[in-house]
Amino acid sequence: MSDPIKFHCKGVDVWYGDTHAIKDNDIDIHDNSVTAFIGPSGCGKSTFLRCLNRMNDTIDICRVTGTLLLDGDDIYSRDVDPVQLRARVGMVFQKPNPFPKSIYDNVAYGPRIHGLARNKADLDAIVEESLGAAGLWDEVKDRLAAPGTGLSGGQQQRLCIARAIATKPEVLLMDEPCSALDPIATETVEELISGLGKRYCVVIVTHSMQQANRISQRTAFFHLGNLVEYDTTDAIFSTPKDERTIGYVSGRFG
Amino acid sequence: MTDAASLSPSVHTTDEAAVRLKKRRSAETRLKAYGMIAIGLAALALVALLWNIVARTMNAATEHYIAIEAQIEEGEDDFLKVVKKSARAGFPYVSGRSGKRELYGLFSDGAADDMRRARDAGTLETGDAVPMRFLMSDTADLYMRGEFGSLENQESAGTLAIEEGGKAFTLRTDTGAFTDALGRAKAGLAVEADSLRRQAARQSAGITAQEARIDSVTGLEREDMLVQIEGFKAARDRLDGQASALDALVTGDGDTLLELSDRMASFFVEANGGILKLTEVSADIARAVPLVPMNDTDAAANGAWSLRILDRPEIGRPVKDRQVAILETLQRDGRIEEVANWKFFSLSDSTQPEIAGIKGALIGSMWTMLVTFCLAFPIGVMAAIYLEEFAPRNRFTDFIEVNINNLAAVPSIVFGLLGLAVFLNFFGTPRSSPLAGGLVLALMTLPTVIIAARAAIRAVPPSIRWAAMGIGASKTQTVFHHVLPLAMPGILTGTIIGMAQALGETAPLLMIGMVAFITAVPEGITDSATVLPVQVFNWANASERAFDMRTAAAIAVLLAFLVVMNAIAIILRKRFERRW
Amino acid sequence: MLSWAALLVCALALAGFFTAKGRAVALGGDTPEVLHSRPVYHGGFVAIRTVFAGLGVLILGLILTNIAIRWALYSGLPAGLSEIERDLIVSDGVALANGALASRTGEARDAVAALYGRLTTLQIWGLALASVGAAIFTLMQGLRQVSIPFRARSRFERIVQVILTISAGIAVLTTIGIVASLLGQTLVFFSEIPVMNFLFGTLWSPLSGVHDGTMDPDKVGAIPLFAGTLLITVIAMLVAVPVGLFSAIYLSDFASARARSIIKPMLEILAGIPTVVYGFFAAITVAPFLRDTGAAIGLSVSSESALAAGVVMGIMIIPFISSLSDDVINAVPQSLRDGSYGLGATKAETIRNVILPAALPGIMSAVLLGVSRAIGETMIVVMAAGQGANLTANPLEAVTTVTVQIVALITGDTEASTAAGPAFALGFTLFCVTLIFNIWALRLVRKYREVYD
Repeated sequence: MSDPIKFHCKGVDVWYGDTHAIKDNDIDIHDNSVTAFIGPSGCGKSTFLRCLNRMNDTIDICRVTGTLLLDGDDIYSRDVDPVQLRARVGMVFQKPNPFPKSIYDNVAYGPRIHGLARNKADLDAIVEESLGAAGLWDEVKDRLAAPGTGLSGGQQQRLCIARAIATKPEVLLMDEPCSALDPIATETVEELISGLGKRYCVVIVTHSMQQANRISQRTAFFHLGNLVEYDTTDAIFSTPKDERTIGYVSGRFG
Repeated sequence: MTDAASLSPSVHTTDEAAVRLKKRRSAETRLKAYGMIAIGLAALALVALLWNIVARTMNAATEHYIAIEAQIEEGEDDFLKVVKKSARAGFPYVSGRSGKRELYGLFSDGAADDMRRARDAGTLETGDAVPMRFLMSDTADLYMRGEFGSLENQESAGTLAIEEGGKAFTLRTDTGAFTDALGRAKAGLAVEADSLRRQAARQSAGITAQEARIDSVTGLEREDMLVQIEGFKAARDRLDGQASALDALVTGDGDTLLELSDRMASFFVEANGGILKLTEVSADIARAVPLVPMNDTDAAANGAWSLRILDRPEIGRPVKDRQVAILETLQRDGRIEEVANWKFFSLSDSTQPEIAGIKGALIGSMWTMLVTFCLAFPIGVMAAIYLEEFAPRNRFTDFIEVNINNLAAVPSIVFGLLGLAVFLNFFGTPRSSPLAGGLVLALMTLPTVIIAARAAIRAVPPSIRWAAMGIGASKTQTVFHHVLPLAMPGILTGTIIGMAQALGETAPLLMIGMVAFITAVPEGITDSATVLPVQVFNWANASERAFDMRTAAAIAVLLAFLVVMNAIAIILRKRFERRW
Repeated sequence: MLSWAALLVCALALAGFFTAKGRAVALGGDTPEVLHSRPVYHGGFVAIRTVFAGLGVLILGLILTNIAIRWALYSGLPAGLSEIERDLIVSDGVALANGALASRTGEARDAVAALYGRLTTLQIWGLALASVGAAIFTLMQGLRQVSIPFRARSRFERIVQVILTISAGIAVLTTIGIVASLLGQTLVFFSEIPVMNFLFGTLWSPLSGVHDGTMDPDKVGAIPLFAGTLLITVIAMLVAVPVGLFSAIYLSDFASARARSIIKPMLEILAGIPTVVYGFFAAITVAPFLRDTGAAIGLSVSSESALAAGVVMGIMIIPFISSLSDDVINAVPQSLRDGSYGLGATKAETIRNVILPAALPGIMSAVLLGVSRAIGETMIVVMAAGQGANLTANPLEAVTTVTVQIVALITGDTEASTAAGPAFALGFTLFCVTLIFNIWALRLVRKYREVYD
C-alpha cells in the first residue's frame, strides 16, 4: 500500500448557496488503486467527487475552498483550465449517458476534441483499445455505427467507461456507476473497475458496502458533509474506529 | 498555462495540447461573441422600432393653433366662411387668388369644426373681433415642426438701402451681403444642370440601344424605330442645351443679377417689420417682392435686417414661400400656440390628418374584443375541461388535439377568408361590424385559450380530484367546484395573452371589410366599425405626411393597451400561480 | 328587438331557476334528504333548458331565415340577368332598405328594398315571438317535472357534458369551415380556369382580363406570387434563423441568470408587437433606409424592396425561433452536458457536438413553424412589399406575395364575386402549404418529446 499520492486535499469546504455541503475535509487519494467513497444519501460524497474534476464549476451557486492538489499542483489555481483538468481526470456518471451518436463516435469524441489522433487509423486504434479495455469490443465490433443509446444498460455504462478511457485520463472518477444496472451488468462493470484500478487512480462513489468491499483498496466514509473515517478497505469494514462508521457498516443506518 | 509543463507527463499537459487548448478556448469565445452579437442585433431592432414610434408620437402629442380675431355674426352657420373671412381680415395685405388660397391653406377645416362645437355647446361668442384660436393645417403644422427644414438666419452685413420700384423693391448693399445667397443659388443651378445632363445621358443610352438593334429589323418596325431615335436625339439636344444655359448662368460673375426660380433655395430679407422674397440676386444688389409688407422703406442699418434662407426649394415642399413668411411673422408676434393634442382621443377618423382621431377605432376595438372574449373564453374553457377531464383517450380526441395545434398555426388571413365566406356571405353577419370581427378573432383566439386552459387544468394535482370524489362529489361537481377555481388564474393569464394577440390582429379584419373609411363611432356590435390596428394600417397607407406621426401615436396607444394587458397577465401569474 | 327577446329568455330562465328551486325546497320540506337531487339542481336544470330552447330557436332561426330571405330576394328578381347584376341589385336593394348609399337606384332595386324590408320585419317579430314562446313552453314543462324522485342532477350534468363536448367540437368545426369555404370557391374558380395555368403560369394580372365575369386563363399564373413569397421568406429566415439560434444558444448555455432575466422579456416584447406595427416600421423606416443606403453605394434599391419586407419579417420571427430553440436546448438532459464536460470538452464543443445534434429535430421544427409564419404573414408584406407581380430573384426589387394579392383582391374595388375566385384559390394554396409545414413541424416535435420527456 505504498502507491504514490495522486490527490492531496486539505481543508476542503463546499457550499451550495447557503448550504454547507462539505465541511473541512482532508484526504489523500493514491494512484494505481481504487478508492471508494461510501456513506448515507446526501452525505456529500458525490459533491466531493465532483470537486476533483471541477464539475461543480458548471453549477453557478456552488463554491469550493481549500487546497486540492493533483500531483502537487493546485487544481483550483487560476492557471488551471478546467477543460484540461477534466481531460486528465475523467468521469463516469450514475446513469449511463451515451451521446445520441454512434458507438464509434461516442468513444472517438474525447480523442477528437483533444486532438489525440493524427489520422483515422490512430483514432480507430484508440477506439478499439478503449472498447477492449472496457470489455465491450467483442460485443460491438460489428456494429460500431449503431447508436450508442441502443445498447443495454450495462453495455451503455461500459461504453461510457470506454469513452472516458479513450481520452487517456490519469484519474477516473465514478459516481455510483452501477446504481442503474441489474446485478449481472453490475458484476461485469465491477470486474472492469477492479482491472482499471491497476492502471489508473480510480475513485468510486457507491451506496453498496459490498461493492466497496469487493473492488476498492481504500475506503472513505462520509457523514453529513464530514469525512468521518478513511483507511484501507479491510480496516474500515473489519475494525472501524468511529461510532458512526460502526453504525453504518453494520447496517444500523444508511 | 505557465505551469502546465510542470504537471506530470500526460498527453493533456504537453505544449502541443496547450496550443490546442488555446485554439479551443478562442473557438468558445467566438461562439459566445456570436450569441452576444445576435442578441445585440435583436435588441437593436427593438430599440430602433420603439424609438421610431416614440419619436414620431412626440410630434403628434401637440398641435399648433393660430391666434386670430374672428368675425362671427349671430346665427352664423357657415363656419368655413368665417375662417376665410377672419383670415382675410387678419392678413389684409394678402391679395390675389393664389395668395388667398395660400393664406386659407394655413388653416384647417378643424377650425370651423371647433367653432361649430362651441356654438352647439353655447359657448361661442359673436362679434366683429372675437379672439379665437384657429387650428393650423397639417402642412403648416409640419413646417412648424421643421419637417421642411428650418429657416436659416444670416445676420446682416452692412447697411441695406431699399428702393421702391413698382411692385418690387431693389435692395442694395456695398458689402457683398448677398454673395453667399448667390453662391447657393448657383450651386442649386449646378445641381439642376447635372440632373438635366443625366437625363440627356439616358436619352443617349436609348439611342445607342436602338441603333444597335436597327439593323435586325425591317419594314414598319424599322421606320418606327427611326422616328423614335429622332425623338430621343431631339430630347437629348434640348436637355443639353438647357444644361449649357444653366452653366452659363453659373459661371456668370458676381455683378450680374441672377434670376431665382422655385427650383432653388428660397431667400428672404427681413427688414423694417416686413418680409421680402428675393427674385433676382447678385453679390451687392437684389430684387425682391414683399410677402409681408414693411412699415417704411428707410434704409435698414447694419444689424437691423437679416437674410433668411430656406434650403429646400419651394417646388419640393407643400408650404409655399408666402406661407412661410406669414408663419414666421405670426411666430415673431407670439400668435402661434402649441397645445396638447387631446382631440386625438375625442375625434374619429378623417381624411384630414390634423382632425383625425382614434376614438372610433378605440370603441370599435372595445366592441370587437367584447365579442371575442364572450365567445373565446367560455368555449375555450369548456373545450379544455372536456379534453382534460371528460374526453376518452381515443382517435377522435387525438384528432381534436392535432386540430387545435394546427389551428394555432394557420395564417390569420385564412381565418379572414373563413369569416368572409361563412359569417358574411352565408350567415349574413353585417359587414365591417364588430360582431363579424369578434367572431373571426374568437375562432383565432380559441386555440390559444384552449391550450393555456388545458395546461392550467393539468397543473392541478390529482389529489384534489381524489379528495373531492372521496367525499361523494360527482365528476362535474369536482371539476366545477374544485379544479376550475384552482386553474382559473392560469386560464385567465392565457386568455389575456390570447386577447392581446387578437387586439393587435389586422389581416383577417381586412377580409371582412373593417378596412372601410368610417368616421362614426360604433354604438353596438352590428354597426360598421374599424379597430385600432386597422386604423394604423389605413393611416400608414395615407399619402398625407402628417398621418405618419398620427400612425405612430395610434401605435403607441395600441402598444400601451398591450403592455397593460400583458402586465395584468404577469401579475396574475405571479400572484396566484401555485407550484404543486 | 332580438336582443330584447334574448334578454327576456334569460330573465325567464332566471325566474324558472328560482321557481323550480322553491318547489323542490317545498317538496323536501323538513326532510330535504328525500329529494334525489338538491333543489339547486332542479333550478339549474329548468334554467339551462329554458335558455337552450329560447336562444337555440333564436340563433338557428336567425341563420335559417337569413338564408331564406336571401333566396327570396334572388328568386324575386327579373329573369335574364347575369350573376353579377343579380348580386349588385340585391346588395343595392339591401343597402337602400338599411338607409345606406347604393351604387345605383332603379325599379328592381326598389322592389328588392321593399321586399327586404317586409321580410326582415316579419323575421324579427316572428323570431322574437318564437323564441320567447319556446322558452315559456320548456319552462312550464320543466316546472311540471319537479318531483322527489326526479333525477335533476344527472340530467343537468348530462346537459353540461353535452355543452362541453360541443365546445371541444368547435375547433374541428372551424377546420371544417376553413376547408369547406376555401375549397368551395376554389373549385368554382378551377372550373373556369385550368389548375395548371394557375400553378405554373408566369403572368399574374387576374383582373385585367375580365370579360363578363370570366377571367383570361393566361393572366392568372401564380408563379410570380409564389416566387415573391419564397424570396421574402428566404430573406426572413436568413435573418431570423442565425440571430434566433445564436440568441437561444447564448441564453441557454452562456448567459447568467441576470442576463437571462433581461434578455428573455426583451425577446418576448419583440414577439408581442402586432404585425401592423412591423409593417409600419418596414414601410416608413427600413425601406427608405435601405433605399438611401443603396443609393449611397451606387445600388438602385426599390422603395418597396423584397429586402425591406424580408428583413423586418425576419426580425418578427426572431423571438419565435429563439424561444422555441431555447426550450428544446434546455430540454436536452443535463446528463449529456455532464458527460461531455466530464470528458474535458469546452462549452462550445459540447454545444456543437452534443447539444445541437440532440436538439436538432426541435430546432428544425422551430424553423419550419417560422417558415410557415413567414409564408402566411400578411401585414408586413402588404405595407412594405409591392403590388406588381414581378418575377425576379433580385431582393432589391419589389415583389408581391400570395397574401398581398389576397388582400388586394378582397379589399379592392372589383365586384366581390369576381375577385373571390382567385383570392380563395390563393388562400387555399396558402392553407395547404402552411398546413404541410405545421404538420411536419408538429411531428418533429412529437418525436423529439418522445426521446427526452
